[in-house]
Amino acid sequence: MTDVGVALEAVEASGRGALRMFLRNKAAVIGLVMFTFIVLVTIIGPGLYGTDADKMVARPFSPPGDELAPRLGTDYLGRDVLAGIIGGGRTTLAVGAVAAAMSMSIGLLVGSLSGYYGRWLDAALMRLTELFQVLPALLFAMVLVTLLEPSARTVALAIGLVSWPAAARLTRAEFLRVRELEYVKAARAIGSSDRRIMLRTILPNAMPPLIVATALTVGIAILFEAGLAFLGLGDTSTISWGSMIGNNKGYILEAWWTVTFPGFAIFFTVLSVSLIGDGLQDAFNPKLRGR
Amino acid sequence: MNQTVAAPLVELRGVSRQFPTDGRARVHAVVNVSLQIGRGETLAVVGESGCGKSTLANLIIRLHEPDEGTVLLNGTDISHLGPKAMRPHRRTMQVVFQDPFASLDPRVRVGAAVAEPLKVHGTKRGEELDEQVAELFELVGLQRIMMKNFPHQFSGGQRQRICIARALALRPELVIADEAVSALDVSVQAQVMNLMLDLQNELGLSYLFISHDLAVVERIAHRVAVMYLGQIVEIGSREQVFSDPRHSYTAKLIDAVPIADPRQRTERPLLTGEIPSPVWPAGEGPEPVELIEVEPGHLVAKE
Repeated sequence: MTDVGVALEAVEASGRGALRMFLRNKAAVIGLVMFTFIVLVTIIGPGLYGTDADKMVARPFSPPGDELAPRLGTDYLGRDVLAGIIGGGRTTLAVGAVAAAMSMSIGLLVGSLSGYYGRWLDAALMRLTELFQVLPALLFAMVLVTLLEPSARTVALAIGLVSWPAAARLTRAEFLRVRELEYVKAARAIGSSDRRIMLRTILPNAMPPLIVATALTVGIAILFEAGLAFLGLGDTSTISWGSMIGNNKGYILEAWWTVTFPGFAIFFTVLSVSLIGDGLQDAFNPKLRGR
Repeated sequence: MNQTVAAPLVELRGVSRQFPTDGRARVHAVVNVSLQIGRGETLAVVGESGCGKSTLANLIIRLHEPDEGTVLLNGTDISHLGPKAMRPHRRTMQVVFQDPFASLDPRVRVGAAVAEPLKVHGTKRGEELDEQVAELFELVGLQRIMMKNFPHQFSGGQRQRICIARALALRPELVIADEAVSALDVSVQAQVMNLMLDLQNELGLSYLFISHDLAVVERIAHRVAVMYLGQIVEIGSREQVFSDPRHSYTAKLIDAVPIADPRQRTERPLLTGEIPSPVWPAGEGPEPVELIEVEPGHLVAKE
């Protein structure tokens, strides 16, 4: 059997094999459990907890454990930090997911056209990709958000627009690899249309690294959203983890809890997404199979 | 009889194809090749790796476009047809590739892989399609229950049978076998070759059989073309080429075939040295060889 044969053999086992590999990876499973928990809290948490994140419930800067204050203390306006964390996750996660979806969509489109057609189209699209890549991402996103009036929607748009080049390059590389395989040649000899070859033949075989990249992009997008919110860019009428840190950053020494707990929230969310991403990476790697 | 019926199935007239390399040099992969493939005939193309055999195949099935010359299929010029215009012609010719492990999509059930050409050309659907795929499986000596399996569940020989079934799905007149049995071990190779011969008798197929293995070629070919550095240096019937090789390169290729019986072995000059490179600077190219007919149907390059 040829080397290619062995590799294909292993990749083929994907599907269920990948799931089994993933479930055997402890870190990945912990990540998945953590992430599920975080998502559940942001969806049903506000209803269960009952306290409005915007409401001033106690004296400002009440430390955690204070008898008159909520569990995690209050911020500079006397708002419940725990309520903020529970309520603010919604914006952060939604923006992260939408931005990652957008980033992957643009990247997939640009990368697949570039990798499949090659030649001048590849050259043109890759120069465009490089243009977006060399722009300082944070600065560019800030300009976009400021120009387009800050809201959750424009923040997601801006993050999507600055983060697609990596996805495009990865997709292009995968398409370049798969395009040369004999079964793609066979599809062309059969007379399949380019569209059919790209969507039905190449894309499914290029998927594993792209799935991994999607998971990691979600993490990056969440961090990005937090960063923009920290800088005061975003929908000022809703609370997000980033804006909590941003609003309280002046009191970090006197009231550490106002920034530390939202920070933890971001940290654990991104960590869980990264663990899932790493787990997927290993699960799709045929060389680690069968261990 | 009119002209189109009398025309050979495939005819190449002075076909050339170059590929750019880094810098301004170009690889002259196929240089001024002219040949014909008749109906029900097997033309074998032999030559060492890198001599342009596969490029030749890709030019005929139009995975590549020729730079010069014309490719005629049933008398129709298909040299520069676009993908849409090319589509109906793809039904006439199909290809079986070398690596049976790489030529099937690992994520597609083999039944679906064989059905793919039928779907793309929209001839059949539903149960009728399933039935036809099942018949194709039986035609190549596989069981219909295997349709539900994935490629990795098959051996190399079985996979090559699946590829043959896929190639035959559209009832082509020409099947190009690009080193189709080279990756198989000898006993499986023999089975697949027997299958190909049976199918030729049954369906009246023409084959373009590309190989570097002269023993295989001697078994299956009606006519043989010898390629060297992108050009045909000798072409003729199997008997003419094997028993009366006129070109020095052909003679060396035949001499290089191992003989099993040590007592029948003779001292023979081995092929020595590197073959010259097919890469030329821009504006330059190889000297086109001139083919001379030494006997009816037997053409040899002047040396």
